[in-house]
Amino acid sequence: MDLVNEILEREQQKADKYKPITVEKHLDVEFDIGTLVAFDTNDLDSKLMKSEKDRDSYLESLTRDNTQLLLNKIWELSTERIDEAIVVRLPQPTTVMPRAKPVPKPKPLTKWQEFAKAKGITKTKKSKLEWDEQLQKWVPLYGFKKAAAEKEKNWLIPVPQNLDPMTDMYEKKASEKSEKVAKNELQRLKNIARARKVKIPRVGIPITSDKASSTQLATATSVAKASTASLGKFQDKLPKEKDARGKGVHELIPGKERKRKLPVPTPAAEKENNLSIIDRILKKRPKIDMEKAVSKHIHEEQVQRSEEKRSMKPMKGKPKGKGNATNFSAKKPKGGRGQRNPNKKNPGRKRR
Amino acid sequence: MGVMQRIKKPTTRRGKKVLLSKEPQFIEGPKQCIFIQGRKPSERARKVLKDIYDLKKPDAAYLNRKNDFVPFEDATLIEKLCYKKEAALFGVSSHSKKRPHNIILGRTFNYGVLDMIELGAEKFKSMSEFHNMKVLAGLKPCLLFNGPSWELNHDLKRLKSLFIDFFHREKVETIRLQGLEHAFSFTATDDGNIYVRSYRILLKKSGQRTPRIELEEIGPSIDFKLRRTRLASDDLLKEACRVPRELKPITKKNISRDAFGSKMGRIHMGKQDIQRLQTRKMKGLKRTAEEKKEMLLKKKKAKKEAKAQAQ
Repeated sequence: MDLVNEILEREQQKADKYKPITVEKHLDVEFDIGTLVAFDTNDLDSKLMKSEKDRDSYLESLTRDNTQLLLNKIWELSTERIDEAIVVRLPQPTTVMPRAKPVPKPKPLTKWQEFAKAKGITKTKKSKLEWDEQLQKWVPLYGFKKAAAEKEKNWLIPVPQNLDPMTDMYEKKASEKSEKVAKNELQRLKNIARARKVKIPRVGIPITSDKASSTQLATATSVAKASTASLGKFQDKLPKEKDARGKGVHELIPGKERKRKLPVPTPAAEKENNLSIIDRILKKRPKIDMEKAVSKHIHEEQVQRSEEKRSMKPMKGKPKGKGNATNFSAKKPKGGRGQRNPNKKNPGRKRR
Repeated sequence: MGVMQRIKKPTTRRGKKVLLSKEPQFIEGPKQCIFIQGRKPSERARKVLKDIYDLKKPDAAYLNRKNDFVPFEDATLIEKLCYKKEAALFGVSSHSKKRPHNIILGRTFNYGVLDMIELGAEKFKSMSEFHNMKVLAGLKPCLLFNGPSWELNHDLKRLKSLFIDFFHREKVETIRLQGLEHAFSFTATDDGNIYVRSYRILLKKSGQRTPRIELEEIGPSIDFKLRRTRLASDDLLKEACRVPRELKPITKKNISRDAFGSKMGRIHMGKQDIQRLQTRKMKGLKRTAEEKKEMLLKKKKAKKEAKAQAQ
């Protein structure tokens, strides 16, 4: 027993040599170890806080206790060794700090990107260098040394047969290139406008080109005409004027909104639709316009009669009425008092 | 607004790079801070700001020019300077008869002022007045908030968040144990006094793995008095505190841990096909050689018949 007591005593002495690492607190201190923050919500000693002399020492002891608690927590974490230094892995911070800038939004797709996505078109990687047979060397696809190679290649450009022999092909090429650049820039701006939902005019004579095409002009006139309060109902028309046609023109003209048909949901539904259309066509019966039919019939008879009259003219000398084979009947003549038939040639007895 | 979404394209490659670096990021680096002098700042106010600047140093800029402006009336200058310096935190020192030794601390969101809190430095002892060894620059300090007022008072609650934003430096994954050298203590009383003290942590032997902590004050020691505040609306703060979906941890389904910490998983099985189950092969159930021969003959006969019929 003596030995045990001795060991215990020695341990006690050892422990007494060091100050304790435990701290007593009325309320538990909250930690956010990820950001190395401790929140001590215990009441402060108001008496010590008020005295100028003791405040600093009180604050120091308070801070020491809280630091001890925080570091105790940190020392509990699992340690690692990175380059001769012992580090601890901190957990995720719990306090959320406001950001400096808003969360980035996904980039809006351009019209082409949208189309490619819908159609499943993917980019194919082109090699940066291409072998040029004419120059017998590798020429970059674009960028540095491309222009020089192009210049070397096009030291002479033949004028095609169908062009004016005096055209400057170099100038033509340059203008084509600048037009392409301008078109690309316009498309970029259009994409930006689309992304920001800004409405931009799609018609009118473009300012950039000096001549507008006939379709552009026709569209512009159609839109302008329909842009009245009565949607162009009372606007005069030129003798041979036609409304503008084309893709997307219809939507531009006010008052001509057309509802798009919804896409067919299933192949079965599509089939049914098409069959119903065929059925409708096959079952079609000619419509009969009674009025028209009657009038046509009357007209035909009149024509027939007139023809008959004409053909009967040379037989003028023949006696009428009696002995006409067509007029033969077993009935007693009624002396014109019977039912009248306007088609008959002899409408009754001749009165004097 | 992205770089490519600008109406005017950047003309140079370098300009484009600068613009790209200014774009919002999912994971933001440490917030930069600017310190501005207001109209005729007092010696004390200037020194307070200088000491805070010294503590914040790699991520801070001290602008020496005096500016005749009142942040609480017109914060455009702050917004402009923050835009210019790409800073999200700012400190302004000024002095007037009404508000002596005035310090304004604040932060911005998307180049607009989010929070702005005015503090009066009633007592100040600078770092240079403590004649001892200071901590290394750029260390992540331990922040300690003492007193119940930090939780109870709305202004102080926001000030606490602001202090953490100012001094926590950067989110880190790991920390060197020997690098835990600096402790910042913020003590708030009910009457709006805030005592800021800064200590060096001394790790002493304790006879155990965890060391015994001793502190040594290295300054600055500032007694602040809370003055005016201009806090962000809850909506704006919520917007500013939004965590992007990309950074949110993804919860895995069907995995749980029991009380002993062992991992449990739930598995969904498909229906088992018993017909095709491979059972034990037995000799008694096998076909004998004679049986096999018979089967072959039968097959051959059937084939011949079929051929004959076809002809």
